[in-house]
Amino acid sequence: MTTVAERPDVARADGPRRARSRSDRLGIYLLLLPSLLPIVVLSVFPLVRGIYLGFTDARAGRNVEISFTGLENYRELLGDELFWNSFKIGLLWAVGVTVLQFVLALGLALLLNQQLRFRGLARVLAVVPWAMPPVVVGILWKLVYHPDAGLLNEFFHRVGADGLRTNWLGDFSTALPAVIIVGVWAGLPQTTVVLLAGLQGVPRELHEAAAVDGAGTWHRFRNVTLPAIAPVVVAITSLDFIWNFNSFGLVYVLTAGGPGGKTMLPMLFAYEEAFRYGNYGYAAALGNVMVVIIVALLAVYLRRRLREAN
Amino acid sequence: MFGKPSRTGRTLQYVALTGYLIFLGFPLVWLLSTAFKPPRELVQLHPTLIPSNPTVQNFVQAFTEQQLGRAALNSLQVSLASAVLTVLVALPASYALARFRTKLGTVALGWVLLSQLFPFVLLIIPIFLILRQVGLANTHAGLVLIYVVWALPFALWMLQGFVRNIPRELEEAASVDGASRLQVLRRVVFPLLAPGIVATALFSFISAWNEFFFALVLVKTPELATLPVALARFVGIEGTARLGPLAAGSLLATLPSLIFFAVMQRRLSSGSLAGAVKG
Repeated sequence: MTTVAERPDVARADGPRRARSRSDRLGIYLLLLPSLLPIVVLSVFPLVRGIYLGFTDARAGRNVEISFTGLENYRELLGDELFWNSFKIGLLWAVGVTVLQFVLALGLALLLNQQLRFRGLARVLAVVPWAMPPVVVGILWKLVYHPDAGLLNEFFHRVGADGLRTNWLGDFSTALPAVIIVGVWAGLPQTTVVLLAGLQGVPRELHEAAAVDGAGTWHRFRNVTLPAIAPVVVAITSLDFIWNFNSFGLVYVLTAGGPGGKTMLPMLFAYEEAFRYGNYGYAAALGNVMVVIIVALLAVYLRRRLREAN
Repeated sequence: MFGKPSRTGRTLQYVALTGYLIFLGFPLVWLLSTAFKPPRELVQLHPTLIPSNPTVQNFVQAFTEQQLGRAALNSLQVSLASAVLTVLVALPASYALARFRTKLGTVALGWVLLSQLFPFVLLIIPIFLILRQVGLANTHAGLVLIYVVWALPFALWMLQGFVRNIPRELEEAASVDGASRLQVLRRVVFPLLAPGIVATALFSFISAWNEFFFALVLVKTPELATLPVALARFVGIEGTARLGPLAAGSLLATLPSLIFFAVMQRRLSSGSLAGAVKG
């Protein structure tokens, strides 16, 4: 986070006395305390406690005895068909949204990086979904997908494709894809803005040199642009994946996990377990499993990217 | 960037851009249109993109009938309190983080990244139990507390960046002139930090305003519900004619963040400190 080279002021402040005096250090800690205390009490401690709860049989209720049950919750999870189902859906959702988000965002960022007309309009439009509360995004798309009063069905009617009209969020086969498209729409702006910033950092000279050497558009993209923005791509796709895997509000509003559990993301499943059925321990265990899976998947992904970079 | 593309290349680019504009823009247009449609047009068999008899009735109805007005007030209260508290708590720490190198600071900032990894379920149950123990479950105060903690890591990171941009020379010059440490902070640091404080306050206001999960779980009394929760409950009340007020309420819920993004784009790019040291 901080390097000495970047901060000559620090070296100078410490210089004459070599070590910081005791009262100075106390002062610094006093300054940090109001921030650190709440973070420890309401973020670090709950997290540690939450991880622990995953190994207990904690349940809702005021004076319930909590006892340590070791791996019992995980044994139960392994045999829980609903969990596996939700896990599969979560993976499809997270990978689908992240990949589509990245591909579409890269395309849009490349377009926005050119001298095109309507670029300004596109930039504004590309930010609006970002500014919307997730609940509103959910409501907005519920209106678009509405079977009777929806934009999408009306569009198919107008172009004479009435056969394509359907209850998008209520149909077993279309619910998950429909929800994934909403996820892409909601996350597209942030990914685009980050990638655009990356693109604008690619030195123009590199492109010119490659063009002089006779490299075509595709070659320049493949051999100049892509390597230059690779670190940005890895960072944003990793973050997108984490956010998507842990997402909740959007799908809660759109389908609440339905129809028939076809869009029951792991977070929705855990929410139901914890707050509908009161199985705190079981829900926390599910959370633990999700963290382990996210870390494992990210490790594989990052290692592969690193190897490619070398 | 790619030199001069051929004419077909250009055409393809415009086709692609149009595709993006439709994908991004049409859902927004639909929300706007639904918000201004009278009930009769909402239930009509084939809805139109532009309402033929636009009305503001939906906005009035949303705020009188569905308790969205009260929910909006609740949200405003909670978000304002979160914004003010976050800034007050983050200010001293961000100064310390920017001016002194401590291991504690690095650990605190590392926590920002690490905490992203963990799903809310792990946090929410213990937080719920803690708040219940101290009697803050199902209160706005409890919610504010959670929002402050939730916004703090990013707020710290943001504010300490702003502090770093204030040249140390300015502080030194002031103390050479005989100003006390507190005077230096009050007369030199805080005024220059104003844009950073505004940005941080706005950030924590918006994250509280948009937040859904904690508000859903921690606040059970309907009268205390925040706007996103009230809107989500509204969705449950089916019936096509009710879509108008729902769309109207959603639009109003988006306004603060839209203003935030508009302000941020200008504020953050202004280099008001560029000439402070030289000249």
